[in-house]
Amino acid sequence: MKVMVDSATMLRRNFRHTMRNPLALFNAIVMPIVLMFLMVYILGDAFDVGVDYADYATPGLIMTTICYGISPTATAVNSDMTSGFVNRLRVMDVSRAALLNAHVIATMLRSLVAIAFVVGVAFLMGFRPSAGLPEWLGAIGLVVLTVVAIGWLTVAFGLAAKTPESAGLAAVPLMLLPFLSSAFVPADKMGPGARQFAEHQPFTSIIETLRGLLTGTPSAGSAITAIAWCAGLASIGYVWARVSFTKRV
Amino acid sequence: MVDAMNGSAIAASGLRKAYKDKVVVDGIDLDVRAGTIFALLGPNGAGKTTTVNVLTTLLAPDAGKVVVAGHDGATETRAVRAAIGVTGQFASVDDLLTGEENLLLMADLLHLPKDRGRRVAGRLLDRFDLVEAAGKPAVSYSGGMRRKLDLAMTLVGKPQIIFLDEPTTGLDPRSRRTMWEIIRELVADGTTIFLTTQYLEEADQLADRIAVLDRGRLVAEGTAAELKRRVPGSHVRLRFAHRPALDLAARILPESTRDDEELTLRVPGDGGVRSLRALLERLDAHSVEAEELSVHTPDLDDVFLALTGHASKEVNAR
Repeated sequence: MKVMVDSATMLRRNFRHTMRNPLALFNAIVMPIVLMFLMVYILGDAFDVGVDYADYATPGLIMTTICYGISPTATAVNSDMTSGFVNRLRVMDVSRAALLNAHVIATMLRSLVAIAFVVGVAFLMGFRPSAGLPEWLGAIGLVVLTVVAIGWLTVAFGLAAKTPESAGLAAVPLMLLPFLSSAFVPADKMGPGARQFAEHQPFTSIIETLRGLLTGTPSAGSAITAIAWCAGLASIGYVWARVSFTKRV
Repeated sequence: MVDAMNGSAIAASGLRKAYKDKVVVDGIDLDVRAGTIFALLGPNGAGKTTTVNVLTTLLAPDAGKVVVAGHDGATETRAVRAAIGVTGQFASVDDLLTGEENLLLMADLLHLPKDRGRRVAGRLLDRFDLVEAAGKPAVSYSGGMRRKLDLAMTLVGKPQIIFLDEPTTGLDPRSRRTMWEIIRELVADGTTIFLTTQYLEEADQLADRIAVLDRGRLVAEGTAAELKRRVPGSHVRLRFAHRPALDLAARILPESTRDDEELTLRVPGDGGVRSLRALLERLDAHSVEAEELSVHTPDLDDVFLALTGHASKEVNAR
């Protein structure tokens, strides 16, 4: 009960932060849209993906949007830690999970808003999904699961980093990971090494599942792999974050 | 909730804390009476913040026992936390929130009813002269205002014991005086204050008792007057151009101590205008001229030198 009340209090604080510093949200929306223009209008025609490129790339862009939105979370978590704000909460006996929960939930809400914009623009650019209501719900569910997983990992990065700047940098690999997945080009068109990596990294299974749900036929196999990846990453992030949070003074 | 037997607000015995093989707190015993100000005086790196972290339940000591407000720091952590307020070395205010929102955030986290939280926040803003700035984000506050807001946030929970880790480090003299006034008012209301400081003057101005911390050990404890008796007093330092002048001056001023290498004399005295004039007149009468004159009043370095036999900077450099 206390953890819910305290998490809600901290979430109100995160909400105010986002309102006062709209640049974080703005970046999370604009960067993926710029990337989408680049991919669909400039590079996309050069890729032979077998379907309309907007349809192919949109699921990948959803993933990219999630990754672009997390850097402010890592920075914010770290500055709470290094500024002494967390120590203040500790001696107040506030629920230990509240602050971290709030960061993850805020990240999720920010990502969902950004994704809504990105998908909206995708429609304008020719994205024509074949998904019905159940597929859409499935896609939204997977997106939420993915953000939670990446959100907890990011919070853990933020806690582990020494300074807010290095925390922000910790998010960079996550921003690059979509390019080494099937987000924009099918993995089987990549060179050796990159191809094996792309085929087996978590983002590919998530993106393939989204792609199946939105524009094709969902495959149970990739869905199970995707969910397993999300659950695994979320657990690692959660445990790592809670341990760092308790340990570090 | 203070231990009625001995009126002790904070009691610690045999505290030890090491990080890997570096011992930061090395067997500290403390006893702080309820309703008093206790100052832990020491240079950077002496172990002040670690001591505060152990006393406030943020860190578990490797050895030793802490009793705060009558509760065991190891087993009754909650009760200890309910009784204390902590203001850290760096003002831990939320920069993006306004002063008022920062206070209301604390009220919410303490689960105060909404209207009571607002009343408490309003009173604190008023008391700390932050009413005008209440609606502005804390990022726009000056250093002094941030410290005041930080302390106000600590006070939302009405703690009986307040820990202040270097409350005035980095503040301008005026803000420092304001902070001192606030601290005095808190004690007048019956709060116990445990503060750490690098400044002898601050401990002198505020504290009922002072403990001097050096490399994790307490090297002295007592009232300001007691400590000062152990510190060499003010002196005037005179430097001369050549040896004959130094020899002559040393004969004229038999109370002084000389340093042949530096060609200086150390003359005890308060450095006041009257005594300085008298000193210079004595030299003039014998036509001795000093190259350079400086007045030296005891500071933390002198306390350290007197109590530990090494300067506080050596600790810094470690």
